[in-house]
Amino acid sequence: MTAPAPAPPFLRRLITPEGLDLRLTLASAGERASAYLLDLAIMAAALIALTVLAIVLGLAVGEAEREVVAMIWLLGAFLLRNGYFILFELSGRAATPGKRTLGLRVVARDGGRLTAEAIFTRNALREIEVFLPLTFLAASSVAGDPVDGAMVSLALVWSGVFLLFPLFNRDRLRLGDLVAGTWVVRVSPARLLADLAADAAGASPRFAFTADQAGVYGVKELELLEEVLRRRDPQAMAAVADRIRTKIGFAPPPGETHEAFLTAYYAALRGRLEQRLLFGHRRRDKFDKA
Amino acid sequence: MSALTLRSRRFREEREADWRRLEALLLKGEGGRTAALRVDELIALPLLYRSAVSSLSVARAISLDAALIRYLEGLVTRAYFFVYGTRARLRERLVRFFRTDWPAAARALWRETAVSAAILLVAVVAGYLLVSRDADWYGAIMPGDMTQGRDPTATTALLKSVLYDAHQQKGLSVFATFLFTHNAQIAILAFALGFAFCLPTALLVAENGLSLGALMALYASRGLLPQLTGWLFIHGVTELLATILAGAAGFRIGWAVMFPGSRARLDAVAAAGRTAGTVMAGVVVMLVIAGVLEGVGRQLILNDAARWAIAAVSLVLWLAYFYAPRLAPTR
Repeated sequence: MTAPAPAPPFLRRLITPEGLDLRLTLASAGERASAYLLDLAIMAAALIALTVLAIVLGLAVGEAEREVVAMIWLLGAFLLRNGYFILFELSGRAATPGKRTLGLRVVARDGGRLTAEAIFTRNALREIEVFLPLTFLAASSVAGDPVDGAMVSLALVWSGVFLLFPLFNRDRLRLGDLVAGTWVVRVSPARLLADLAADAAGASPRFAFTADQAGVYGVKELELLEEVLRRRDPQAMAAVADRIRTKIGFAPPPGETHEAFLTAYYAALRGRLEQRLLFGHRRRDKFDKA
Repeated sequence: MSALTLRSRRFREEREADWRRLEALLLKGEGGRTAALRVDELIALPLLYRSAVSSLSVARAISLDAALIRYLEGLVTRAYFFVYGTRARLRERLVRFFRTDWPAAARALWRETAVSAAILLVAVVAGYLLVSRDADWYGAIMPGDMTQGRDPTATTALLKSVLYDAHQQKGLSVFATFLFTHNAQIAILAFALGFAFCLPTALLVAENGLSLGALMALYASRGLLPQLTGWLFIHGVTELLATILAGAAGFRIGWAVMFPGSRARLDAVAAAGRTAGTVMAGVVVMLVIAGVLEGVGRQLILNDAARWAIAAVSLVLWLAYFYAPRLAPTR
């Protein structure tokens, strides 16, 4: 086999006890931020609902019970602020609703179990990542005197380092991830798509490619062809079909659709490449002479 | 070259049903609790997982169907975390936490705990001395909204009434709840700030001690110190221990960030985070207990001797719980 292609920057090894590399993909900073904003929106909505409920209840009951309502509100807000992330990440999917929507989950960096302590730690650290900068931000809008203003600005820069920490390391670790020994990976909810080669099974026998014709391209071109076929954009298919026909010198019989040709050629090319794969040759692309 | 000879296609056709079954089980298991799965499904799951693992490694070797490999990678990853990530039941986890994990983690932090306690103690003494020499310090130390009229200008009668006349103040239980959430938030902040090289944590702990010392000096100047200690320490013992432990947990993390020792910094910090996180989860529990003692116990028990007794008993219990030697847990 030829030398493996260099790993993409966000691919990480995780060897299962069975000896298989799962090749996890880390979540990008953008995905993390989107998931977080989504969670914030949900928390804000829950807080508003809680507050409205408390006000309605407070108006309905007498003076004495109003204290109870106030206590429930205080505890509810506290639980929401500190418990939201922890409780959702403790669940089976190890992800908050925001992370679920973006197809992310929290994983222990060593591939082992994600413990409750780790989840607690990674979310407790949000206090200095988010809350501290927010406090200074609020203070900066209040500070009148220039010395105070300068101090607050410095504090804002200092705490901003914590907030922007994920952008400065290649594993996109938050402070919380760093301390808890976790990271956030993408779990693709990929569906099992139909096998394109199966469509070619019923194709007419006029698509009989010689070994030379089927062996022009490599794996990279095969994957591109697969993508074109899955997208089914007529223009792209026509362009690609013409290129391939010219390259392999295949005269189109009358009445042949581009899609039928491409499907048949895909099956032939894959068959050829997979056959060679069994003999230990993985032809990377059309320039690979191996 | 007929498509039927494609090995990767035959391979897929033979195993597809198993993959679909695994996917369906995962969907069922991830959605709710493991209890959603029947016994035969639970037994089938690891087998299906293992066959999916072997499918993936075969597919990577013989198949060039990129969509199939992507699907299998997603499926196996989900199944891996489901099979190997399963944790003990909640009840077992709680029992283990309180029986071994928490006290063991607190013991492991004994050095940091000693430092944290020393900082608190020094701050209490400093606050006491400053205010008893010059009452003006009181205003500088105490945050304005926390005094509730307890300042050097208040009459002795008022100061005394705060200690015993719990019902005189409206909304005291709300105030106790507020204090709990406030204290817990401060404790979590102190812990998190440890990451910033320990110093901010030390400041927070010291601030706590200073205001405590200042309050004691104020009451001592009116000869009410014994009564105050009963009022304070009925819940304060638990609360101050929680503060000390939160500071200690922060110190452990900050220390690992600065001096990782023989390990890689990332590993050292993660290991410190594990121990410190366990302690912190317990600190929140301690603060809940302190909140209950403050909100309920202090209002029902107005007798000084009883207050002191509760304070002393809670101190002994906590220290024994954390530090008393015990038998090794039987496994």
